[in-house]
Order: sequence, then C-alpha cells, then structure tokens
Amino acid sequence: MCTYATVNVKLEGSAKGAGGVGSKWFHVTDGTVYFDHPVHAMADHTLNIDFADPSRGPGARVAVELTAASARELVSAIEAALASAPAEMTV
Amino acid sequence: MIAETISIAGHGGDEIEAYTASPSTDAARGGVVVIHHLPGYDRATKEITRRFAELGYDAICPNLYHREAPGAAPDDAAATARAQGGVPDERLIGEVQGAAAHLRSLAHSNGKVGVIGYCSGGRQSVLAACNVDLDAAVDCYGAFVVGTPPEGFPLPISGFPEQIPSLRCPLLGLFGNDDAHPSPADVDELERLLKDAGKTYEFHRYDDAGHAFFSVDRPSYRVAAALDGWERIEAFFSTYLGGN
Repeated sequence: MCTYATVNVKLEGSAKGAGGVGSKWFHVTDGTVYFDHPVHAMADHTLNIDFADPSRGPGARVAVELTAASARELVSAIEAALASAPAEMTV
Repeated sequence: MIAETISIAGHGGDEIEAYTASPSTDAARGGVVVIHHLPGYDRATKEITRRFAELGYDAICPNLYHREAPGAAPDDAAATARAQGGVPDERLIGEVQGAAAHLRSLAHSNGKVGVIGYCSGGRQSVLAACNVDLDAAVDCYGAFVVGTPPEGFPLPISGFPEQIPSLRCPLLGLFGNDDAHPSPADVDELERLLKDAGKTYEFHRYDDAGHAFFSVDRPSYRVAAALDGWERIEAFFSTYLGGN
C-alpha cells in the first residue's frame, strides 16, 4: 500500500550529497521520515528518511531506505552512541 | 510512436508538465490519462504511458508534483511533495480534467477518454471518475476509496464512499487478495457501494498477489496477475474507448 504516513522533523546539522550542485556538504534543516514504498531498496516497504534543505530546492536531499529491522537497529545504534558520550556533550 | 514532455493547462488553468505518447498513425482513437503512484512521475509510469500508445491510444501522464518541484528528479519531487502534505484532492481533479481536455483536443481524438491509476493513483482514478466527464476508469489497488485512515494520519487523505453514486463511467478494479490496503473487505465494501448505486463495474481479484503487483521494478511484481490484469485493461478500454 501507499501508507501516506509522514513524520516531519526540524533538524540542525549537515549532510553530504547532491546538495543541488555536485556532491558536497550542505546544511540540513528538515527531516522527513516515513514507512512506504522505496524507490531503490528491494523490499515492498521500507523506513525512509530524507535529510533536506528545502530552501536549496528538491535536489538538496540525502535519502536512505532501510528495512524495518535495519531501521530499528539504527535507532538502537544512535541511542547507544549518544549514551556512550559524556552527558554534558550531548545536551 | 511519438513520446515527449509537454506543458498542459491543469487545475485552475495553471501550466503543468506532462508526459505524452501517441501512435504515429491517422486512425481515430481514444485517450488515456495515466495517474502516477505516490513515488512519482517516474520511469516505470512513463513506460506504462508508452504502452497505452502502443495499444493505440493517445496517452498522457500529468506530473502531479510539478508545482512543488518543477524540473526536479522524480524521486526528489516525490519527497518534496510528501514533505509538503501531498496532492490535495481538488487539485488532482483539476489536473485530470486538464489532461482529459488536452486529449480530446488532439487531431485524431474520437472524444473518448479513460483514466487509470496505480496505488495512490488508483484512489485518484476513482475520485476523478466521480468528478470529471470520463468514459472509463481503472483502479489498480487504490487504498482509501472506502475506509478510514488510521487516527493521526498526517496527509489529508480520506475515503469518499459518499461520492460513489456520482461515478460517471464504468469502473474496472484490479486487486491483490494479499493486499492489506485495500483489503479484500475494503474491495467488498466498494463493490457493494457500486452495486447499490447501479453502476457498471468489473472487479478482478488475484491470489498470490498483494499490493503493486503490476510494478515490474519492485519485489511486489506478480507476473501472472500482471499479465491477466493487462489483458483486462486492454479489453475494458477497447470496449469503452474504442470506435471512431
């Protein structure tokens, strides 16, 4: 199905990708997270994340498509990495 | 065959991009509006558009995300449109109306125009057929024609069972029995509404097929269901869009 479900999140950071002109770093302001059909991954549905800067146009986007199991492992890995750092550094 | 990208007048008369394909013959023919799936105005949908030209129709696929992302790669445009909330139903109706008017204006048009959509486009195909003067409509596994999306649904999508009595043309529905959205129960409910309203419709349901069984570039592809489905589509459009 098309789940249509979409979760938008404001982000502060950078990503490396097309960025509108060639492959380079660009400022990321927005994230879009959704579980739906992938463009490229070999699965019916994947957890998709777009890291984007809409002010730079649709091409300023780094996209990932992960199986549900991989996405959950990634969430755990992110939380583990954050937890491993001194608390005062990750406020 | 001639296939090219053009501009047409869409909803509100605004110029939007569309991909067209037409046979290189002088025969009078019907037209087909192809509504792309949620992942966008992509290569696979353009292949489908050319297939209808090969079958003898003038075909057109409007880029439903042109307004959000003119000139962008189809996957980037789909991502942008999704982040902004998707395509409003009223705008979709206007885009299909514009695409149908374009087809009817072509030199070899016999005046008949059908619509077909896949996935989210299946829902939009039925929606268009309830609101635009069309001669035939095909719904390939569109979810939320009937039924209520889960609570907290972020995109403005809802079922529209109240519009089924307004359906203006015969409907062909093609569904996978392993699909959850639309589920077999959803398909039963749509069939009941069509029957109660006295509409002309034809449904085919396939075992060993779930959602997106026509998608040749996805793991959901089911060759048996897709081949039979294409035969049903050809026969249906020949019946309702054929002639001079």
